[in-house]
Amino acid sequence: MITANAVTKRYPEGHEALKNVSFEITAGEMVFLTGHSGAGKSTLFKLLAAIERPTSGSIVINGQNLAALRRNAIPYLRRKLGLIFQDRKLLFDRTVLDNVLLPLSIVGHPVKDAPRRAQAALAKVGLPNRAKAFPITLSGGEQQRLAIARAVVNRPAVILADEPTANLDTASAIEILEIFRAFQQVGVTVVIATHDPLLMARLNPRILRLDQGRMSEPLCTPASDAVTP
Amino acid sequence: MTTWLVQHLTAMRDALRRLFGAPLNTLLSLLVIGVALTLPTAGWLAIENLRAVAGDTPGVQQISIFLTLEAGQPEVAEIELRLQQAKSGSWRYVPRNEALMRLRESAGMTEIIGSLPKNPLPDAFVVTPADAQPESLELLAKTFASWPKVAHVQLDSAWVKRLDALLRLGKLIVVLLAVLFAGALVAITFNTIRLQILAQAAEIEVAKLIGATNSYIQRPLHYFGMLQGALGGLCAALLVGTGSYFLTPPVAELAQLYGGSFTLQGLSTTDIVALTAIGGGLGWLGAKISALIHLRRIS
Repeated sequence: MITANAVTKRYPEGHEALKNVSFEITAGEMVFLTGHSGAGKSTLFKLLAAIERPTSGSIVINGQNLAALRRNAIPYLRRKLGLIFQDRKLLFDRTVLDNVLLPLSIVGHPVKDAPRRAQAALAKVGLPNRAKAFPITLSGGEQQRLAIARAVVNRPAVILADEPTANLDTASAIEILEIFRAFQQVGVTVVIATHDPLLMARLNPRILRLDQGRMSEPLCTPASDAVTP
Repeated sequence: MTTWLVQHLTAMRDALRRLFGAPLNTLLSLLVIGVALTLPTAGWLAIENLRAVAGDTPGVQQISIFLTLEAGQPEVAEIELRLQQAKSGSWRYVPRNEALMRLRESAGMTEIIGSLPKNPLPDAFVVTPADAQPESLELLAKTFASWPKVAHVQLDSAWVKRLDALLRLGKLIVVLLAVLFAGALVAITFNTIRLQILAQAAEIEVAKLIGATNSYIQRPLHYFGMLQGALGGLCAALLVGTGSYFLTPPVAELAQLYGGSFTLQGLSTTDIVALTAIGGGLGWLGAKISALIHLRRIS
């Protein structure tokens, strides 16, 4: 599903955020991308979402090489990914439902069917009764769930989440992770960038650890990772 | 196809909602665009009306040759022969008696002519030249004047030509005005769209991040510019229509005082449609340029 091969990302000012990173994620897998802050998690997230391009190496998602992707093909790639951003990027001037309707509008989903589809996505994340609320009235955990609903409403094959449990209390964070697990169980590939070791132990996922821009080998098991963060 | 239609309908609805969502802003923009389009439209209408006046005038491009009073049949025959040889176009001989008879028919002239001791009118030829170029007309007039027993040659087109030149000048001024105000309309739309993009920067950024194409983002902006321009065009049509409505009676009165009958022609349905379309087109152009420039800054 996702293959990274010798990916290096160097920023113009000379900082090398990723150094020769290679990994493979198969379809339906749940993978945690971990490491200390500044290890390159967010950079890798941006490369996977085609927000930035690698300096060298290749990233192939669903058979498409992101490094060689034409500029006007990027929107169509992003539609196949469910993206959850660290700062959530919710639109606070519109209701919860309208936030979830945006991706449907973007792909030209039939207007009549769209609210039903959006409502179903909200139900999946546990917000079925907040459709008419404004995001500002939601708690942190609810806002994160709204961000997930928006990411999954187009039924992507891959979910990419950047620090989805940041700034959440443990209970909310666990709820969020359960939602991700539910998606993984129906065959969605889930990639989560996080530095929260406590949560990793619960889900028993595969872990990719980044250390100062390098993928540390060998890939550790979740149990050992939880014990020695 | 369906998706395409859905997206266009959505964009149009979005644009309409934004247009009517801020009625005061919209009203002011429409007024500015309307006034900007009114000036060239009114100028164009004035020129069209003047052209109608000029077009009604008889005697365009004719040369009249008046012989001296003492000229007789042989002289007339001589002129006829020369006209035949010159092959300068069609011509008609107007004998002095026929001219007098026609004059007598016109109202109020009977008594005056009756009081005359003898016919004061000369024999005349009216030539309609085949070549209507101003230079060749002048040349022909000069040639005719040099012939024997010709008292006077009159180029009837002189004042029409002057009016025509004036109209052409007026038309040029209207075109320049139109270009100027078209630029203004594009600039107004450019700025409106710029402000919209600034106001929606967050939404645009999110939409791009989750897979919106540039067309998806630009479409409502294009529609907005087009609708605003088209409504501005309608506004201008309304202003010009109101103007000509109030001007028609005094113009007709003035024409009557000069012994003519002239009705001021207002805007036709085609004109209104054209004005709306031009407004819409220019608005679209302004929106397009603005979106291209300002969306580039939001990655």
